[in-house]
Amino acid sequence: MSPTAQISVRLGVLGLVTVLLQTAMLSQLSIFGGVPDIAPLVVASVGLLTGVMGGAVSGFWIGLLIDVLTMTTQGVTSFTYVVIGYFAGRVRETNRDPGASLLPLAVGAAATLAALTMFSVLQFLLGVEAPVSLELLRQIISTVLINSLLALPVHAAVRKTLGSAAADERRRRKRRQRPGLSPLIQP
Amino acid sequence: MYDRKTVRRRRAVLALLVASSLILVTVSFGDGLRSVERGALEVFGPIQDGASRVLEPFRDAVGWVGDTIDAKGDVEALRKERDDLRRQVVDGKAATQENAELRRLLEMDKRPTVETQAPVTARVSSRSADVWNSTVMVNKGSRDGVREGNPVINGAGLVGRVTLVTGGNARVLLITDEESGVSARVLESKASGILETAVGDPDDLRLEPFEQNTRVRERQTVVTTGTTNEKYESRFPPDIPIGRVTSVDSDEGTIHVKPFADLRDLDYVQILTGPAA
Repeated sequence: MSPTAQISVRLGVLGLVTVLLQTAMLSQLSIFGGVPDIAPLVVASVGLLTGVMGGAVSGFWIGLLIDVLTMTTQGVTSFTYVVIGYFAGRVRETNRDPGASLLPLAVGAAATLAALTMFSVLQFLLGVEAPVSLELLRQIISTVLINSLLALPVHAAVRKTLGSAAADERRRRKRRQRPGLSPLIQP
Repeated sequence: MYDRKTVRRRRAVLALLVASSLILVTVSFGDGLRSVERGALEVFGPIQDGASRVLEPFRDAVGWVGDTIDAKGDVEALRKERDDLRRQVVDGKAATQENAELRRLLEMDKRPTVETQAPVTARVSSRSADVWNSTVMVNKGSRDGVREGNPVINGAGLVGRVTLVTGGNARVLLITDEESGVSARVLESKASGILETAVGDPDDLRLEPFEQNTRVRERQTVVTTGTTNEKYESRFPPDIPIGRVTSVDSDEGTIHVKPFADLRDLDYVQILTGPAA
C-alpha cells in the first residue's frame, strides 16, 4: 500500500474512533462546567503532523461524522473543522520550529477556542430563537482549559496512530518539492 | 516552498471542502436530508450503542469523581429540602386521602398517567457534541413501538421527546435544547406557560407565564400541563415533574426552573409510547 493510501486509511479510522469516543463518552462528562472535546484537538494535531491538506480533509471527515451521528445541522461542524485543520497545517509550514514540544498545546487551545467561537457565530447566523445565557461564555472558557490539558496526550496519540505513514509521506513530499538544491542557493 | 501546481491543487481542495460544507448546511434545512439521517442512524446506531457499552466503565469512573465533588456542595441544600418535604408529607397525606375520595365521586380516575402510557426503557448510546444542541440517541426504535413525538422521562422527571425514529434507534430532543418548548405549570400556584431554555445553561429553564399576576415562590415544583397550545402542541401527559423554581424575575416576569433530571448524565430513559403520548 502506498504511503498516501496508508495515511488515508489511518486518518479515516482515527476520525471514526475520535467521533465515537466523543459522542459515546466525553460529551456526557461535565468537568467544572465544561465538556472535554477532543475532535478539534485531533483535527489540529493531524494538521500539525501532515500539513494543510491532511488537516482540512480530516477536519471535513470528522465534522461530517459528528454532524451525521448527532443529527445536528449538517455541514456546520465540517465547515468549522476544515478551517481549523487548514490553519493548523499552515502553522506547521510557517513555524520555524514545528517540532517544538509545547506547540501542540498552544495550537490545541487555539483550535478549541476558534472551533467553539466559529460554531457559535454560525449558530447565530443560522438563527437562534432562544435567549443565550452568559453561562455559554463560562462553558467555552472551561472547555478551552480542559482541552489545553488534553492537547499534549491527544497529539501524542495522533502521532502514534499516524506513525511511520506520516513520516513516509513527509519524506516523499520533501523529495517531490525539492528535487535538488537551486543553483542560486548552492553552498 | 511549494510549486504553483501544488498550491493550486491545495486551494482547489480547500474550496471544494468549504463548498461541500455550505451545500450541506443549505440542504439540511427543512426535511432535505431526513431520509439520509434515518439511513445513517440505522447504520451507525448499533456501532454507537456498542461503543457506549464498552466505554461505560470509563464514563462512570470519571463521572464518579465529578459527582463526589458536586455531592459535597449539595449536602446542605438537600438537608433543607428534606425538612421542607417532611412538613409537606404530613400535609399531603390528608390532602391525598380527601382528593382520592373526591376524584372517585367525580369519576376523574381515567386521566392518563405514566403507568398507562406503555413506557419502554431505552439506553442512551450517545449525545450531541456541542453546547448548542441537546440531543441524545437511544437504542429503541419503531420495532419497539416508539414513534416521533413520544415523551421521554427518567426516574427524576421529564427528559424530552422523540424527534427521529428508525427501526432500532431514536433521537431524543432534550428539554434543554433551544428548539424545545413544553407547556408547564407551577404545581403550587396557578402560573402556567411555555417552558423554554437559555442556550448555554442547561440548569436554567425559563417559564414565561401566560398571566403575570401569579404568586410563584422559590422551591415550588413545575410539572407538565398536558394541554394543547397553539404554538407548541403538548404531547406530554399531565403532571410529569419537570423541575424546581430557583428564582423569579419580577421585572421580566420570568420564572427560572432547574430541571429535576440530570440531563448531562443520562444512562437509561423511559419512552412513553401509549395512546395519549
